[in-house]
This record gives sequence, structure tokens and C-alpha cells, in this order.
Amino acid sequence: MSRGGPHRDGGPGSAGPVTADGERRTRGWQDNLREYALDVRAGVRDGERGPLLVIAGLIVIWIVFQGLDDKFLSPRNLSNLSVDIVGTGLVAVGIVFVLLIREIDLSVGSVSGLAGAAFAVLNVNHGVPEWLAVIVAVAVGTAVGAFHGVFHAWLGVPAFVVTLAGLLIWNGLTLYLLGASGTINIDEEGLVASLTSHHFGDDLAAYAVAALGTAGYVLAARRRRSRHRAAGMPFRSEGEIWLRTGLLAVVAFAAAVTLNRFQGLPLALLIFLVVLVVSDYVLRRTRYGRRVFALGGGVEAARRAGIGVERVRVAMFMVSGTLAAVGGLFVASGLTSASPTTARAAGSGMLLINAIAAAVIGGTSLFGGRGSPWSVLLGVVVIQSIASGMGLLGVQDAVQFMITGGVLLAAVAADALSRRAQARRGRP
Amino acid sequence: MAHPPVLALRGITKRFGGVQALVDVDLQVRAGEVVALAGDNGAGKSTLIKVISGVSPADRGVIEWEGHLVQIKRPHDAHALGIATVYQDLAMCDNLDVVGNLFLGREIDRVGILDEVEMERRARDLMHALSIRIPDVRVPVAALSAGQRQAVAISRSLMGAPKVLLLDEPTAALGVEQTSHLLDLIEEVRDRGMAIILISHNMGDIKAVADRVAVLRLGRNNGLFDVSTVTQEQIISSVTGAADNAVAHRSKGDEEAWP
Repeated sequence: MSRGGPHRDGGPGSAGPVTADGERRTRGWQDNLREYALDVRAGVRDGERGPLLVIAGLIVIWIVFQGLDDKFLSPRNLSNLSVDIVGTGLVAVGIVFVLLIREIDLSVGSVSGLAGAAFAVLNVNHGVPEWLAVIVAVAVGTAVGAFHGVFHAWLGVPAFVVTLAGLLIWNGLTLYLLGASGTINIDEEGLVASLTSHHFGDDLAAYAVAALGTAGYVLAARRRRSRHRAAGMPFRSEGEIWLRTGLLAVVAFAAAVTLNRFQGLPLALLIFLVVLVVSDYVLRRTRYGRRVFALGGGVEAARRAGIGVERVRVAMFMVSGTLAAVGGLFVASGLTSASPTTARAAGSGMLLINAIAAAVIGGTSLFGGRGSPWSVLLGVVVIQSIASGMGLLGVQDAVQFMITGGVLLAAVAADALSRRAQARRGRP
Repeated sequence: MAHPPVLALRGITKRFGGVQALVDVDLQVRAGEVVALAGDNGAGKSTLIKVISGVSPADRGVIEWEGHLVQIKRPHDAHALGIATVYQDLAMCDNLDVVGNLFLGREIDRVGILDEVEMERRARDLMHALSIRIPDVRVPVAALSAGQRQAVAISRSLMGAPKVLLLDEPTAALGVEQTSHLLDLIEEVRDRGMAIILISHNMGDIKAVADRVAVLRLGRNNGLFDVSTVTQEQIISSVTGAADNAVAHRSKGDEEAWP
């Protein structure tokens, strides 16, 4: 999947040395493919094609865990993995929005815990209908984000301080809400529980999603190609489009087959994919998304171009708070409860660190202006694979903490190194 | 005179606290003309640019636009008149590509959805028309050379079809070859009928591209020269204060330059 900001519409293939007169047109697709391969190799060397390295790392992780425990790559475990990534993944998508404007939101773990508790208290203790409790819980996340954003954008308090304070405040509020009742079990047949428990049993569902995704990709790529061609501009070769489509189809259908061998397509995964597609589209293809990237690239430049910097900042924290709340509902759904224990765990920062690690591992930069929601999919699969593998092997929490922290540190270090490599090339 | 100057400043005075940054400064520029603004550090060049671009309006003085009295109180006013400014720091988003920077804040879209193809096409046309050589309009500007970045910043300022272009030390960070490309670009833009005010320290650049050179010293006018008739030494002595009498350096055939 693409990363690295709103360059050419689709991703890594765009970096080819395209000449002004659209030279690619005149050559055979084999040449283009060879050139593309060279591009990719140069990209890896320059630290720009991070995703390929991450995919290679993921394959290694999977092979190692499969070697240690042959249940790791079973349809059952992979299917569970695809559900478990969603809570953290949604939180991480919110983090991506904030990272893109070169800020950070440290409160997302607490906010997700707060949303889960707010839902449970409203629905179970006060008998509020589930749909309404869900809306209120998500709105709480949005409001908390707006609160952080206003403190940051208009009062000028550094975002990490605002959200660090928020981490404690919202965790305290969660414990306060749950204090009276202790652990609250949510309805196991209800709407929120089904977020993670529902699977589309019909095999057709998973195949249809895989086919739709592939077809959507190829149609969009071909339409873009013909528009570029009509405008007399360089365009991707047929071969490259088909190669990318082929890879996508292989991954999508392999996933569908695997999921169908267990319980079918999980609802949670479908929701996650929809969130990724929508947020990626907004960031890359809309005027609003362009402002977000601009802010991450240069606040002063954005301001002089007439962008309302403060408003965009507040909006990004609202997105982050909202997605943290939605992710929190998925976490509560997976546990079918909200409890002081899980609230304390949320406050301890495990979810926060996993979410940041997921975003950064996938290639979203901590230094702003570079990244994509799709990076989260890759990153969260890595993070959750490590967690799942260690869980299967019965590794104790203490060791898991150290390993997760180490992975985050490694990802951030790689980000910093790649930034330096780019700065070296960028500024002669 | 058939055409009044596009932009004429008269008696511009600006004070920061106890410091007189500008005192009774006059400057005018016509369409299709490059006026260089020279002066030592602290002579008031940047202050004057800020007055014209509306960033920091004058305390006293008159600004005429195409012969009419106008007020420039905010950057928006300057923008609305048709004054574009390229600051020394360029103010680019390094992570965005050339197209993204050119159209930042004025994207072409349909109901909020960016029309990348149209933007790219126009960006290419613009680069082509200005003979700017950029490897690919889709590379992030961070990957461009200093000269290319400067060229992109100037072409961005042309997007709004301005009539006056202010350039703040555009060649300061450039090598010899890049500077010569940039001077070509300035001439290209001038030949399209743009009025250009060029701040520069570099006498070579001034001699190469400017039609007239106005010297500021300690916030006051200290000479206005016709570049074709003046020597570098005369400009430099005016800049450094070796020659303090502005009237003695009035250029030929420009009698109404000082009212």
C-alpha cells in the first residue's frame, strides 16, 4: 500500500524517472517492469520503500512463530488476529491523522477506555438503548479531542503536554465512572458485542469483498491512466497496473480463503477496511486532506497559503479522539466487559504504545507530513502478530512489554534514519 | 508619461518603537520593468517589502496603484491588488510535490475532490512556459535543488496572475549556474509584462537583470540609478554611504522619479 504522502495517486510505482513527454509510453512493458524493479531497489536503499522491509519482517515473524508453534498460521489464529487488530488499528488511524500534522496524542488509550466505560455504564447500569449509548460514547471521544485541540491550537500548550494531562484525566474519569459498580459485563448478544463476534458465515461475503477491492483498485488505476493519457501526461504502464492488481488479488483472496476456513469474514475487519479506505481517500484526494499534509510539511507555508491552521489542528485531535473512542468500543466488545482492571491497563499505555508503534512501523512519520492510514494495517498486523505469537507461546507480560517497547523504539529509529537519509538527498 | 507606474510609493515612513526604519521613502515600478532594491543590512529593504506586501503597513506615506490611491493594510489587500511576494524562506511544504505546492490554498477541485490531473497539466504548462527544468512535477520539493525550489516558489507566486512581483534575495542561496537560470526566469517573467521589485545584495545580479536600481541607506532613499549607465562602484558607494547625496545620483531621463 502507498505511503509517503499525496504523491502520485497510488504508491511506490510513482517514483519512476518520468520525463516530461511521457516517455514510458513508447517502451514495452518489460522495460517498464525492469525500470520499476530498479526503482524499488533504489527506494529500499534510500530508506523510502519501508513497507517492503516491513513486509519482509512480517514474513520472518510469521515463519519464526510458525516454527515455534504450528497453530500460529492456522485459520483459527489468523482469523482471531484479524479481529484483534481492529481495536488497536482504529486507534492508530486516529494517531496517523495527528502525526501527519506533526503532533502527538498520548491520551488515546485512556480515551478508548473512557468510551468503553461510558457505553457500559449508560447501557447496562442506566438502561440507555445500545445505539444511543454507542453514539454518546463516540461523541465523548470527539468532545475530548476537541478539548485537547482547543488547548493546543488556541492556547498554544504543546500537544504532548495537553494529551499527557488528558491521559491521566480521562483514565481517572473512567475509574471514577466504574468505581461504583466495578466490572460491568455487557450484553453478549448485543450490538457492541457483535462488533467483534459477528462473522459473515457465507463464504461469498469474504470473496465478494476481495473481488470488490481488487476490481475497485484496477478500475481506479485504469481510469487514472486513461485520464493522464488523454491529458498527454506520463502514466503508469499496463504491466505495472496488472502486476499491482495481481499482488493485491493474491493477498486479498488468500485472506478470504483463510477466513472462510474458520468462521468467515469478521464484521470487525470489514469495518476496519472501510475506515481505512475512507480515511485514505479523504487524506489523499480531497482539498481537506491536502491541508492536513501541508500543515505537516510547513506550518508557515500553510498559513501563508491561507489555511486555517488552528481549525485543522482542532479537527485532527477530534478525529483522533473519535477513532480512539470507536477503537475503545471494539476493545470492550472483545472483552465483553468494562472493568477497572482494563481501565488501569488502558491508562498504563499499552494500547497507546501499540497504536503509535503500528502507525510508525507501517511508515507514518513522527516528524509530520508523511504517512497514510494504510500504514496502520501493515503496522498493526506486525504488532498483533508478535503479541499473538507470544501469547500462544505463553510468554509472560513482563517480557511482552519489553519486546513491544523495543519494537516501537526500533520503528521510530528507522523513521528518524530514513528522514535523515531523505534530508541528505533532498538538500544539496 | 503614457502609463502611470503600476505601483508608486511616496513618502513612506515606518517606525518601530524608537527606531526609524523608513523615512520618506519613494519607489516606483512600471510594468515590464525590474527595479532592484539595494542597501546594506538594516537599510530598510525588508521593512519596505513588508509595507508593500501588507505584512506590516506604513505609518505615513502614499501608495498609488496604477495611478489610484490605495491602502494596503493587510496581506490580503496586497494580494487583492495583484502584488505577489516570494520571501527568502520560500515557505514551501517540503513533503508536498511541486504540483501540491503550486496549488496550495488554491487547489482545483470538484466538490472538495482534488482534480490532480488538471492541476498537474497546468503545473507542467507553467513550468514549460517559464522554461523551468524540473525532473518531475510529482517529486516532493524537498528533493529539489535550491535553485529549483526558488523557481517553483516564483512560479507559485505567478499562479494568481499578479502584476507586481516582490523577490526577497532570490539568489542568496544559489550557485553560479542556478543563479543564471534564475535570472533568466526573472527576465522571462518581466517580458510577460510583470513589474518586479528585486531585493539583492549582489551587484552582478543587479547589473544583469535590473533596469533601475534604488538604493536605501539607513531607511532613506540614497540614489536611483539607471543600470545601463551606472557603474558598480557608484552603486556600492551609494550603498555604503560614501556618496550620501541622493540628488546627485538621479538617473538621466527619469525626472519625475522624485516628485
